[in-house]
Amino acid sequence: MTNQYKEITLNGLWKQNSGVVQLLGMCPTLAVTTSAVNGLSLGLATAIVMALSNGSVSPVRQFVPSEIRVPVFILVIATLVTVIDMALNAFAHPLHKVLGIFIPLIVVNCIVLARVESFAAKNDAVPSLLDGFMMGTGLALVLGVLGGLRELVGKGTLFSGLDLVFGPAAKQFVLTVNTDYHGFLLAVLPPGAFLGLGSLIALRNWIEIRKAAKANTTSDMAKSALIH
Amino acid sequence: MAETPIQHTLKTTLTMMIFALLGTALLAYFFEITRVPIEASEKEARLALFKQILPESAYDNALLTDVVELPPSALLGSQHPTIANIAKLNHQVAGVILEAVAHDGYSGDIKLLIAIRADGSISGVRVLAHKETPGLGDYIDITHGKWIQLFNDESLSKSPPQFWQVKKDGGKFDYMVGATITPRAVVKAVLKALQFFEQNKKMLFAEVKNTTITSVPSMPIQREKP
Repeated sequence: MTNQYKEITLNGLWKQNSGVVQLLGMCPTLAVTTSAVNGLSLGLATAIVMALSNGSVSPVRQFVPSEIRVPVFILVIATLVTVIDMALNAFAHPLHKVLGIFIPLIVVNCIVLARVESFAAKNDAVPSLLDGFMMGTGLALVLGVLGGLRELVGKGTLFSGLDLVFGPAAKQFVLTVNTDYHGFLLAVLPPGAFLGLGSLIALRNWIEIRKAAKANTTSDMAKSALIH
Repeated sequence: MAETPIQHTLKTTLTMMIFALLGTALLAYFFEITRVPIEASEKEARLALFKQILPESAYDNALLTDVVELPPSALLGSQHPTIANIAKLNHQVAGVILEAVAHDGYSGDIKLLIAIRADGSISGVRVLAHKETPGLGDYIDITHGKWIQLFNDESLSKSPPQFWQVKKDGGKFDYMVGATITPRAVVKAVLKALQFFEQNKKMLFAEVKNTTITSVPSMPIQREKP
């Protein structure tokens, strides 16, 4: 059982990462990641929606006839997103101001429906909840890293806008790497999103290939050791 | 026993309806419990914005509810009726907060909030929403630069209309090289709002006595989609 959870976690964060492997939900990935805070915040909101939608679809899955499962799933997701939107607006207004227009977009993010359809519709509630959350966290990490990269290259700062999330006191955590930096506009504009995402995918693939090559050489060595 | 097609259809429809009902009920419930906090935080956010352009000491009335509805005006760039908030100190009109839209920005409309004192001088200007190029034209936004504060204490009597241009066009307003279209549009919009104020002073000052509008104008601060 614990093995299954480990597998789910690993899948969400690395093996099947929705941001750089499955490449689902590109719209927010490319649009929101102009800064690290923006990317992380929307990523976390998505993770919460995914955990809740997976967790609530799974227990009712046997009552949903397969013909109408997609509309029902969408209904569940849309309801949850709206509830989260209202709750944020009521209890975390500054954060809602920053993310407001992106939260409704979570409904149409493919990755949410994809996980409900491919995981929650076939598995029990607890693993489904974990799967949704881990897939979402994987996406949040990619959004955060991509946002951080674009912000750093584009504006020379990191975590700007943190005060919008945590109040004015958080302003001191904004890192200004180079005060005399005039910015590299390309990184903040849409092309920067594509270039940055491409680099991240390349980096992940490079790590995977190296890992595979290493595994190959060690198994070759083991084989040759056996032969001799 | 196998289902007939009709039974199957009925069952499917019923399931869908139950889910729709459950979803609606959940939404209605959450709407109800979040309504008051949302209204309160929107009010608070709006007041905080007003505070940036009009110091709290400048008025003592309920700024959010003392409003005048303005018909669409070319000077304000508005195509729909807008709301002007009237600030009063000791029952005297102390200033007006106007919404204006500049249609000639680099990309899309630039929405402005302009506080004008009763003597016709500007107390402050803020950009509510814009779609200008990040890193280039967005310095009109207070979160990206102090440029918008150039308007503080400006007035038509201090600077006649011909000065209301960016320096490149022979006016008095600074701008940043590489993005002149954006400040040009903002300067023009602020000038026109001042002219609107001068032309409609009587109406703005008079109507406020008998307004009974009690609802908070719903104009959330927007951030445009990038």
